Amino acid sequence: MSRRDNAQEEGLSAYPQAAELQLRQVCKRYPGEGEPAIGELSFTVPAGAFCVLVGPSGCGKTTTMRLINRMIPLSGGEILLGGQSVMERDVRKLRREIGYVIQQIGLFPHLTVAENIATVPKLLGWAKDRTDARVEELLALIGLDTEGLGGRYPAQLSGGQRQRVGVARALAADPPLMLMDEPFGAIDPINRAYLQDEFLALQEKVKKTIVFVTHDIDEAIKMGDRIAIMRKGGVLEQYGPPEEILGRPASDFVAQFVGADRGIKRLSLTTLAAVTLLDDTRRSAEARRVPSSYSLKDALSILLTDAGKPLAVVDAPKSGEAGEGRVLGYLTLSHLERLIAEESERDGDGVVAAGMPGAHPGTAPDGAHATPSDAAADPTAEASA
Amino acid sequence: MSVAPQIAASAPVIPEFGKGSSSCVVHNHLFCWDWVEGNWSPVLWPALRQHVLLSLIAVGIGFVIAVALALAAHRYGWIEKPTILLTTFLYTIPSLALFELLVAPVGANIFAAEIALVSYTLLILFRNILTGLRDVPREVLDAAEGMGMTRTQQLLRIELPLALPAIIAGLRIAVVTTIALATIVYTIYDSGLGVPIHTALGEGPFKTELIAAGVLVISLAILCDALLVGLQRALTPWARARQGG
Amino acid sequence: MHEFVEAFKFIAHNGAVAGNPNLPSLAHLALQTLKVGAIGVLISIAIAVPIGVALGHLHRGSFVAINVGNIGRALPSLVILAVGDAFLGLGLTVVELALVILAIPPIITNAYYAVDGVDPDLTDAARGMGMSESEVLFRVELPLSVPGLFAGIRTAAVFVISTTTIASLAGFSGSLGDIIANETSYHFSGVLGAAICVALLALAVEAALTLLQHALTPRGVRLRGDRRDSGSIGEATSVAASA
Repeated sequence: MSRRDNAQEEGLSAYPQAAELQLRQVCKRYPGEGEPAIGELSFTVPAGAFCVLVGPSGCGKTTTMRLINRMIPLSGGEILLGGQSVMERDVRKLRREIGYVIQQIGLFPHLTVAENIATVPKLLGWAKDRTDARVEELLALIGLDTEGLGGRYPAQLSGGQRQRVGVARALAADPPLMLMDEPFGAIDPINRAYLQDEFLALQEKVKKTIVFVTHDIDEAIKMGDRIAIMRKGGVLEQYGPPEEILGRPASDFVAQFVGADRGIKRLSLTTLAAVTLLDDTRRSAEARRVPSSYSLKDALSILLTDAGKPLAVVDAPKSGEAGEGRVLGYLTLSHLERLIAEESERDGDGVVAAGMPGAHPGTAPDGAHATPSDAAADPTAEASA
Repeated sequence: MSVAPQIAASAPVIPEFGKGSSSCVVHNHLFCWDWVEGNWSPVLWPALRQHVLLSLIAVGIGFVIAVALALAAHRYGWIEKPTILLTTFLYTIPSLALFELLVAPVGANIFAAEIALVSYTLLILFRNILTGLRDVPREVLDAAEGMGMTRTQQLLRIELPLALPAIIAGLRIAVVTTIALATIVYTIYDSGLGVPIHTALGEGPFKTELIAAGVLVISLAILCDALLVGLQRALTPWARARQGG
Repeated sequence: MHEFVEAFKFIAHNGAVAGNPNLPSLAHLALQTLKVGAIGVLISIAIAVPIGVALGHLHRGSFVAINVGNIGRALPSLVILAVGDAFLGLGLTVVELALVILAIPPIITNAYYAVDGVDPDLTDAARGMGMSESEVLFRVELPLSVPGLFAGIRTAAVFVISTTTIASLAGFSGSLGDIIANETSYHFSGVLGAAICVALLALAVEAALTLLQHALTPRGVRLRGDRRDSGSIGEATSVAASA
C-alpha cells in the first residue's frame, strides 16, 4: 500500500510534511439555482498553516470545506491535496486521510470514547497494539487521560469533553489535513476560549494543515495564520494573515466585516514583550505591574481605566525562582499611541512584527522608541512562518 | 327425566382421562398435579415443544423479511407506504379467518400456519426497524461519512447498532403476540399448546389440562419477553450510561 | 380456487346450507359479531381511556401502562375464553368479560403514550397562559392525542372481533366463528365463506374507525403529518422502557 493511501506511520505528525492544499477556480453550482454557490474560488494553504474561512451565513465557507473532502461534488475547478487532485483519489481513502470535525461533533453514541477515537485507525486496518497506543497518546494530548475516561460513553461526558474527543478522533490517524466546521460553535464562551487555547497549543505540537470554518471574526483572528474572508457566492474578498486583514482591509466589505473596532482588534495581536518600552517614566513608582504576555489591547484597556498610572511590564519569573520577574520597561498612554502609530507606518512598508517573545528595552535615555531599523536588525522579531 | 340427573350426579365428570385418572381428575378439581406429572411427556411437553418451534420459525422468518423490507424502505423511501398498507391489511384480518383463508390455496398444514403467523409479525417489526434506522442522528452519519466509512460500514457499524433498542422492542412485541396466536394453529394443523386446550375444552372443560396448557403458554411468552429485555441490556450498554452534561 | 368460488356462493346465499334450514344466516351472525364486539369495545374504552389519559396527563404510572400492555399481549384469547368457560360457563356476560380484559391493555397503553407524549412545551405554555389542569387536558392534550388514542382503539376493535370469533371455538354461539368452528355442518365452503366475511368485517371496522379518527383529528394536527398515527398497533414503537 503506497504511502499516499495510508495516512500515517507512527507518532505525532509522522507525515513528514503536513500537506499543502490548493484550490483552483473551484466552482459549485446547484441545479435549479441561478447563482452558483461558489463562483470561482482560488487560494492556497501552505503545509502546516492554519487557514480560517470566515464570512456571513450563506457565503459558502462550509460548502467550500465540504468540497475538499468530497462530501459535496465539485462542479468545476480543481482541489489539490499534497499536489494530487482529490478527484483522482478513492473517496473513502481520501477521507480517511482527512481529519473531519463538525459542529455537532457526531460522536458515535454506542461506542466508548476510546472506540470513537480508534475509528479511522480501525478503518485503515491498524494493528490493535498500535491503535491502543495511539488512543492513549491522544487522550493524553487532549487532557482526558484520567482513569477510566476512555471507557466512558459520549452520553456521560460534558459538552467540552465531547468536543475534545471529536478533535482527538479526527487526529487519530495523523492526517495531513484537518477540516473543522465551527467545532467550538456550540460551546459556551468560557469553555470555548479555553478549547481554542488548547487547540492552538496542540497545533504548535502537531503542525497540521488546517481549514477551519467560523462565522466569528474574533475566533478567526485568534486562531488563524491565514484568514479567508468570504462573501456570498464563495467570493474571496481577502486572504492573508490577521495583521493584514485588520491593518489593510482590501474592501469595504472586509472593513465592515471585521468591524469598525479593527484597530483595537489589531492590538490584540501584539504582546508587550514584542514592543519597545520606556526605561523610566514620571510616575513609575505608582506603576501597575502587568505581565509581558499581555497584548497591547489589554494594556490599552488597563491604561484607559486606570487614568494616569503607567504600566510596569514584567517578564515571567524564570522557572525555579520565586517572586515576580524583572521589570522590562514602562508603558504610558502617550507611549502606546506612539507605538501604534509606528506599527501603522511599518504596515505601510509591509514589515509586520507579530507577537514574538523578546524584549526591546529602549535605547535612548528618555525612553524614546527604537527606529524601525532596530526592529529589522533583531532576528527574533521576524514574523512567524 | 329422573334418571339422567341421578346419573349425572353419581357419574364422574371425566371418566377416563389420560393415564391413571385420580379422584382429583375424575371430579375435575381445579388443578391435579398427578395428572400433569403423568401427562407431561405424552401431552404437554410435545405441545410445548411444537409451540416453541412454531413461534420461533414464524418470528425468525418474519424478522428476516421485515429487515429486508426496512432496509429497502430506508434506502428507497417510496417502499414504506405500500409496505405499511400491506402489512396493516394482513394484521387486521382476524387470526381464525386468516388461517382458514390460507388453507384453501396452501392446504391444512404447517405452511398455512406459518404464513399466517409470519404475516402478523411483519407490521410491528417493519415499523420498528425502520423507525430505529431513521432515528439515528444525522450528525453521527455525517461524521461517519466524513471519516471515510463506506455505506455498508455505516449500516453495519453505526445504524444497525443504534437501531437495536427499537428493533428489540419490536421483537418483544412480535414474539409475545406470536406465542399467543399460535394457540389457534390447532384449528388447521395439529400442533402447539392449542391442542391440549382444545382437548380440554371438549371434556367438560377439563380444568387441570386447561390450566396447565394456559400457564405454559403465558409463561413462555413472559419468559421470552424477559429474555429479550436481557438481551437488549446486554447489547446496548451505552443506553444505560446516562449523565447530565 | 374452486373453494373460493364455493365460498362466495355460500356468502351469496346468506349462509344457507342445503339440507339444513335451521342454521342462522350469515347476515345474522355477522350482525351478532358486531354487536358483541361493539359492547366489549365500548366498555373497554369507558374503562381504559379515562385511566390511560389520566395517567398520561399526570405523567405517572408509566410502569403500569407499559406492563399492562406487555401482559395483555401475552394472554391468548383462547386461554382466557377457555378459562371463562371452565369456571363460569360461556354465556354472553363471560364473553364480554373476556373481551374487556383483552381490549383494555392496548387502549390503556396507547392512551397513556398519546397523552404523555404531548410536547411538554405546549402544556407548559398552556399553563403559563392560565389554563386550569382540566382545560390543559381537554383543550391541548386530548386534541393532540387523537391519533394515538385511536391507534389503541383500532387495535382493540380488531382484536375484539378476532376474539369474538374465537369464542365459538370455546363453545360460545353467536358469532361468525360458529360457522368456522362447525365445519361438519357448513362444509369447508361455509368455513371459507365465513372467514372471508370475518376478514371483511374487520377491515370495514378498521376503515370506519380510521375515517372517524380523521374526522376527529384537529386540522392542524393532521397537517403535521405525524408518523405516529400510522398502523393499527399504535404504541410508541421507539424504545419501550424495559419492564
